[in-house]
Amino acid sequence: MAAEQGSSSWTASSDPKEAARLLAESRQFKGESLWNDAWRRLRRNRPAFLSMLFLACFTLLSFLTPLLPLPSPVETNLDQAQAAPSLAQFGEHMFLAVGERWVEDEDIERAYWSLSWLDKRMVRGRIALFGRFQTGHWLGTDLLGRDILSRIVWGSRTSILVALAAAACSLVIGVLYGAFSGLMGGRIDNLMMRIVDILYSIPFIFVVIFLITLIGDRRAWFEERLGLDRENIFYLVIGAIYWLTMARVVRGQVLSLKISEFIEAARVMGASTLRILLAHIVPNVFSIVIVYLTLTIPAVMLFEAFLSYLGLGIEPPKVSWGLLASDGIAAINPIRIFWWLVVFPAIAMGSTLLALNILGDGLRDALDPKLRGQD
Amino acid sequence: MIRFLWRRLVWFAITLFVVMSVSFFLMRAVKGGPFDTERALEPAIEANIKARYHLDWPMWKQFAQYVGPLNLDRHRAEFLGGDGRDTFGGVLAGDFGPSFRYRDFTVNDIIAQSLPISALLGLVSMMWALALGISTGIASALRRGSGLDLALRLAATGGIALPNFVIASFLIVLFVFLVPLFPVAGWGSIRHMLLPGFCLGLVYAAYISRLTRTGMLEILSQDHIRTAHAKGLAPRTVVMRHALKGGLLPVVSYLGPATAGILTGSLVIERIFFIPGTGSHFINSATNRDYTLAMGVTILYTVLVYAMNTIVDLSYTLLDPRIDLEQS
Amino acid sequence: MRAMAASGFRSRLRGAAPFVLLASLFAAALGLASGARLEPADFTFNNGTEVTTLDPATVTGIPEGRVIRAIFEGLVVKDPKTLEPLPGAAESWEISADGLTYTFHIREGARWTNTDPLTAHDFVYSFERFLDPRTGAYYAYQLWYVEGARAYTRSVTPDGEPALSFDTVAIHAPDDHTLVLRLEAPTPFFLDLMGFYPLFPVNRRNIEEARESWPETWTLEWLRPENIVTNGPFQVAERRVNDRIRLVKSPSYWDADHVAFGSIDVLAIEQDSTMLNVYLTGGADFIDRVNTSVVPQLMPREDFNPVPYLGAYFFRVNTKKPPFDDKRVRRALALTIPRNDICTNVMRMGQVPAYSLVPPGIEGYASAEMPRGSADEARRLLVEAGYGPSGKAFPPVEIHYNTSEAHSSIAQVIALAWSQELGIQAKLRNEEWKVYLDTQNTLRFDVSRSAWIGDYADPNTYSDLFVTGGENNKTGWGDPEYDRLIDAATREFDKAARMELLRQAEAILVDELPILPVYFYVTQNVVAPRLGGFFGNALDEHFPKHWYWMDDNELAHRRATQPAEWQLVDAHGPADGLYSPAQEAEREARR
Repeated sequence: MAAEQGSSSWTASSDPKEAARLLAESRQFKGESLWNDAWRRLRRNRPAFLSMLFLACFTLLSFLTPLLPLPSPVETNLDQAQAAPSLAQFGEHMFLAVGERWVEDEDIERAYWSLSWLDKRMVRGRIALFGRFQTGHWLGTDLLGRDILSRIVWGSRTSILVALAAAACSLVIGVLYGAFSGLMGGRIDNLMMRIVDILYSIPFIFVVIFLITLIGDRRAWFEERLGLDRENIFYLVIGAIYWLTMARVVRGQVLSLKISEFIEAARVMGASTLRILLAHIVPNVFSIVIVYLTLTIPAVMLFEAFLSYLGLGIEPPKVSWGLLASDGIAAINPIRIFWWLVVFPAIAMGSTLLALNILGDGLRDALDPKLRGQD
Repeated sequence: MIRFLWRRLVWFAITLFVVMSVSFFLMRAVKGGPFDTERALEPAIEANIKARYHLDWPMWKQFAQYVGPLNLDRHRAEFLGGDGRDTFGGVLAGDFGPSFRYRDFTVNDIIAQSLPISALLGLVSMMWALALGISTGIASALRRGSGLDLALRLAATGGIALPNFVIASFLIVLFVFLVPLFPVAGWGSIRHMLLPGFCLGLVYAAYISRLTRTGMLEILSQDHIRTAHAKGLAPRTVVMRHALKGGLLPVVSYLGPATAGILTGSLVIERIFFIPGTGSHFINSATNRDYTLAMGVTILYTVLVYAMNTIVDLSYTLLDPRIDLEQS
Repeated sequence: MRAMAASGFRSRLRGAAPFVLLASLFAAALGLASGARLEPADFTFNNGTEVTTLDPATVTGIPEGRVIRAIFEGLVVKDPKTLEPLPGAAESWEISADGLTYTFHIREGARWTNTDPLTAHDFVYSFERFLDPRTGAYYAYQLWYVEGARAYTRSVTPDGEPALSFDTVAIHAPDDHTLVLRLEAPTPFFLDLMGFYPLFPVNRRNIEEARESWPETWTLEWLRPENIVTNGPFQVAERRVNDRIRLVKSPSYWDADHVAFGSIDVLAIEQDSTMLNVYLTGGADFIDRVNTSVVPQLMPREDFNPVPYLGAYFFRVNTKKPPFDDKRVRRALALTIPRNDICTNVMRMGQVPAYSLVPPGIEGYASAEMPRGSADEARRLLVEAGYGPSGKAFPPVEIHYNTSEAHSSIAQVIALAWSQELGIQAKLRNEEWKVYLDTQNTLRFDVSRSAWIGDYADPNTYSDLFVTGGENNKTGWGDPEYDRLIDAATREFDKAARMELLRQAEAILVDELPILPVYFYVTQNVVAPRLGGFFGNALDEHFPKHWYWMDDNELAHRRATQPAEWQLVDAHGPADGLYSPAQEAEREARR
């Protein structure tokens, strides 16, 4: 709300008080009903609601990963390579393998290869909670004897982060571009949309490959000057590719809202442009953006997997679901099927993507103004 | 109609030019050349290889030579023993040049060999996608909110919940090794096409199913359908004759981008099933720095996207005469 | 509503239009694709990728070599088992006492597929073409042992044409059946070189006629299946990019009597798992590599027998960049590479831990190995170099490699070992092939994965890499004594003395360690048990000319001689075998 007021103060040259009042009023009246209504409908949609809870738990879990008593996802143990899943060994008190002495930060660094400051604190927290306990290889191990369960959980962090960051990036570019184009209308709109059309007709896999190589080549520069490592650049590149559809969707919505009856009515009643923008257009655009976002995230996750399959994705020691899945299918062969290398990452990825899709559908049903009031 | 096509053509020319220049310069901005190998090359020989493919020219001249239609290379003719009669060349003259990676073929050869295969694979997968997508979409719309609806929607979403290389691997284990129904890889007979076609079509089936469901729901709530019901027509007739037509409109508009996507997105499927189609060239030409082939497939893609979208727009008028092309 | 009312036939037609269109497209494409179906070949093998070209002069790769050995034949061929030079297009040869003059007698009755006789002039033409910088032969330097050859390739006019006449090169054909080459220095492996596929001949008429008919595109027209003229046991019948090359037996080949297979398909499958699947379902009879994840399951099988292969896997170190300019640091890094773990648990095919550059298996040569040492020794070396608890902090090491699952695994294992044994933080840097090459060439790495496969069985193919300023050095390292030894070795005619010089050079190399050796290669072929005439060898070179299918009898015989613990697998191929006419006659006689 603070931001609301801030923004109204810089534009309200005509009558700041009036504008603020109107805004607050409209927010209450219109906004409340839109979001309340949507929330009510979403709660009634059982699968979508459950998906949302599932995703919320999952995201929380992946954020708190370092607190869990799992073996290090990068530590190789070549004697136990490709061990089948088993609960026979529930766990052991061997975490960090430093004997009885006090755990130094260096030990953590060594076991995890590289960790952020926050994650290191969390590992400390984990030691306080669980001591040296770590789980056995419940879901088996991979080719280099690394624990699959741990890799899946740690991989969820990367995958979710990639998806969110890339989606956010596409959101910012797409919404700005689309809204600007739609609001300007006329020639500018036409030109901007033609540019989108042109960009659409470049095979974007191709562009991504070149961008990733181009940037990968100058990564030292990026790291030193901008503090961006490969992962960050990776999100930005994917995001920079995925904004096209977002821009189109937003622009379409803005256009249709601009000529819609209730905006027309508001205009006739003398509402200011700002008020129309904030009270009518933003919430309506926002709803469609959220819907589209829930559909972009799975697409980005699949794309990450595809890039991992091509060897262009996340780099070790980082691990992502895409990397796990593509490593896993390399191990599938008819002589002996190491099913756990594929099945578990596939379940993790599949359930998340399924939940996202169901949530996206649910949100669309809930937020679609055309469907509102029906049922 | 004519005006519509004319405007499309103008934009097509602009798009093509932009796409060509972007890919041309982007590609050359990336490190590594087409003839780099692990072993260092004798400078005299390297210079000659570069000269043969014009890589020693300034960038703008390379681009002009590539686009055509004038052949700027007087020297090459003599250099390689030709007589320089050919004054036309480049893309505008229909010549995409020799491939740098597959040195015994021109890009035209490669596209001519692989495109029919990709087209066939694309058609098979499109048929799978339409059959699965439309049927589940309709069933789902007619039984909205029921258990069947939920189950079908879940199944349809399954196609976009896993990377297609994972799905393909599962299906190979299942239908090649456990239940030997299909050949494991290769190209030739219709049996070779079914499994890869299915894997490729799955993603599109998921989208088509959603689009069909949404489209159908919208149509079913409209007045003329209610009227038809009120007239006492059998529900089947109502659905098949009246609702389906309008309900499938979104699907038709999706077919354009989908077709282009199927051609380029078949890379993974082509690799796993060893199919010599066009899809793999999109990645391989980029990693090999096969400049000409990469340009060739990029141009092909642009043309396809444009052609498909135009066909879709035209077919809109066939399906729905109310739409006016002049306004689009 | 108006539109609805006007429905009926016309609108139904409209509705059906897209489907009719789809169906007709489908039919058309089906027609196009099925017109190209081929009968199954007698034998099918996977080549790992599509070949770059069939022009022997310009190829470099191993896959190209496999095809070129089937369709062309050089002056000498190699024994499939021992790789000793055997008469090929040359029936016999003499080497002068000083080891400088080679006289080859071209086989009477050797023919091209266009029925032209094969003459010494064909070789003169082919060698001229090979050395001509305009041809773009990557391997041109392999013929520089011939007097004048180096200068011929290197002196070019500003237009890129050779500045010298080919008469300055000591390659002559006094008559149709005699070819004389004079070398600059005695080169003990020169005969092996003559069996190296880039030096195989091409047909002059073939190229010149193509030039005539297609002045612009002749460089690729002469290689088309319908145009190419070859002199080997097989000829090209059909090519489909990224699919297969169909080879058929050449009726004009002088030794066609000893060729068993009527047709061979060469597949271009790139995906490891796909090629194994195709092999296991009988779609291919020989595949050239396997994914490491299946090795434990393949090892006991009779169709998978890795043998040592002349290839070395090592890391190049950037010796120009501190702290890697310090020999002690390089030694510490080399000592702590977990070679045994990498060989037995990552690669798993019986790769040999490497402590030197030159792989074992070269006759008369024993590598100089780097001194071994414990991790304690390595830590001590680092402390000596000024790093460690009391000294400077060691900067993070970046391990550079090109995109591949195996390289990535090895890099991770090494990174962890360095971090655990030496407390050095290691980062991984994965680059796509072409960028990786550029990074290596411009020396912008710390340590970089590398490998070298020997072209012929001589230590020289390795030692030559690290001479000061050599094009393939890529470490920034150089040592005058090393260069002197390598140079002396090229002039030394006595075999034992030459090997000793090369060994001394290698001793310098493994003392200085501009490279960190990791392991030596083994072959990864999976071969149908019924295939006869196929032998594992140190260069992993195989000769389709000698291949045949054994009948059940012979297969049973062979199986009786192999170790009993080998697991028998389904044998592809015809139960009553497929033999060459000569073999058939012999079998008939025995009966």
